[in-house]
Amino acid sequence: MSSKVPTELKYAKSHEWLRVEGDVATIGITDHAQHELTDVVFVELPTLGRKVAAGEACAVVESVKTASDIYSPVSGEVIEVNALVSNQPDLVNTQPYQGGWFYKIRLSQPEEASKLMGAPEYAQSIGA
Amino acid sequence: MTLKRTPLFAAHQKAGGKLIEFGGWEMPVQYSSIVDEHLAVRKSAGVFDISHMGEVQVRGSKAEAFLNRILTNDIRKLQIGQGQYTLLCNELGGVIDDLYAYRIGEREYFLIINASRIEEDVAWIQTQALTEGDPQHLEVRNMSDAYGAVALQGPRSRDFIHLAFPGASELGAPVANAAALKKNQIAGISTQDYGPLLIACTGYSGEDGFEIIARSECIEGVWNRLLSVGHAFCCQPAGLGARDTLRTEMCYPLYGHELNESTTPIEAGLGVFVSLDKGEFIGRQVLELQKTQGVARRCVAFRMAEKTAPPRPQYPIWLPGGMAAIGQVVSGTQSPSLGCGIGLGYVPVEHAKAGTTIEIEIRGRRWPATIVKKPILSRS
Repeated sequence: MSSKVPTELKYAKSHEWLRVEGDVATIGITDHAQHELTDVVFVELPTLGRKVAAGEACAVVESVKTASDIYSPVSGEVIEVNALVSNQPDLVNTQPYQGGWFYKIRLSQPEEASKLMGAPEYAQSIGA
Repeated sequence: MTLKRTPLFAAHQKAGGKLIEFGGWEMPVQYSSIVDEHLAVRKSAGVFDISHMGEVQVRGSKAEAFLNRILTNDIRKLQIGQGQYTLLCNELGGVIDDLYAYRIGEREYFLIINASRIEEDVAWIQTQALTEGDPQHLEVRNMSDAYGAVALQGPRSRDFIHLAFPGASELGAPVANAAALKKNQIAGISTQDYGPLLIACTGYSGEDGFEIIARSECIEGVWNRLLSVGHAFCCQPAGLGARDTLRTEMCYPLYGHELNESTTPIEAGLGVFVSLDKGEFIGRQVLELQKTQGVARRCVAFRMAEKTAPPRPQYPIWLPGGMAAIGQVVSGTQSPSLGCGIGLGYVPVEHAKAGTTIEIEIRGRRWPATIVKKPILSRS
């Protein structure tokens, strides 16, 4: 099963993706990650205004089988969360890069984003 | 530690099974998805690899008396071709394992035990057998490596089990074919392609179904046969993930969760499988006392009252406004049938009544739940 890895995104080793627009980044989990989890039944999002450091656990995604932490790939302040995905957690499975996003963050250290993997590197890391 | 593999390992890889560690075994947790496989079993049929489970043969003129001394249920109730759920307890009534005992001959029994308990069970049973003396009259053999097994579960199972494996039973009371088996009956059927089969009408899903035991080298053929004949009946492979959600909805215990060596069958709510009218047996003293005088804690089933993260094992259980946790979740998941969080946990007996509001602590926050009657999923 080959997973989608959109070229315009950045990727963390822990399978989060990052879409940077100006000083704001949108964060979600990759198609590969949702495949591994399957049956996402619950998403716990960070509170608005929370300041997170890169690598910090700030959300939880739960499948039928397990709970997995979501680590923020970058540092900054949470400025928006996806209320839709809380009500409809299967969006993580059906639209991992669109409707299934988790939260938006105002970057405090934009250079962190450039250290993340590009699509080819991430695709290679998951054997896609 | 190297993980053990069942004879169906290659078949799981071929079917796209996602493999995980379970009780020292490398087993498929799912093929398509847990929810999909769960619903298939509730609606049509699914096939599970249960080859990791252990088989112990007990035979001889003393077999019946011996098994009645080490197991809690009354084995004398079994006619040839019948089985029963029963428990193996220690002197304090703690559960060493829960198992199925089948009588497959005048003086021959077959025990199906949990994969994670094979070593402990066999050691315990053999030690107990030594105290019986004369090995001529009592033989205990661990046949776990010689046999493989699959479980066919779901309302459509009975529509094709006999098409996959035709023939009448060769043990016990006459049974025309496997589809004619009643609950807890076991058939012995000879097949050309798959060798001798034991087919028992039992399972762990709450649905009608069968467990099929074959020689290890034949089990892949059995698996393929069920899937090919079952295809027309919407039968699909199902993994341990669905096996767990199915049994949790039915409140069937899983060793290591609801049961362990310091928990008794009475506390677990399995008193109906502890027979006090059969004379002496290991653990009787404690179990009799608990049955007549009551227990301090009990295994209860609960449903989350709101949309929350699924409850998980080890989450603390509270009373609303309570100052300290009163118990712990032992099994918990999102119920695919009900679409809400469900679980099992131990609480003090005074708070164990159905209808009681409790709270489950999930990552530091408490969420309301209601204690419900077992099974959580009522079958109408």
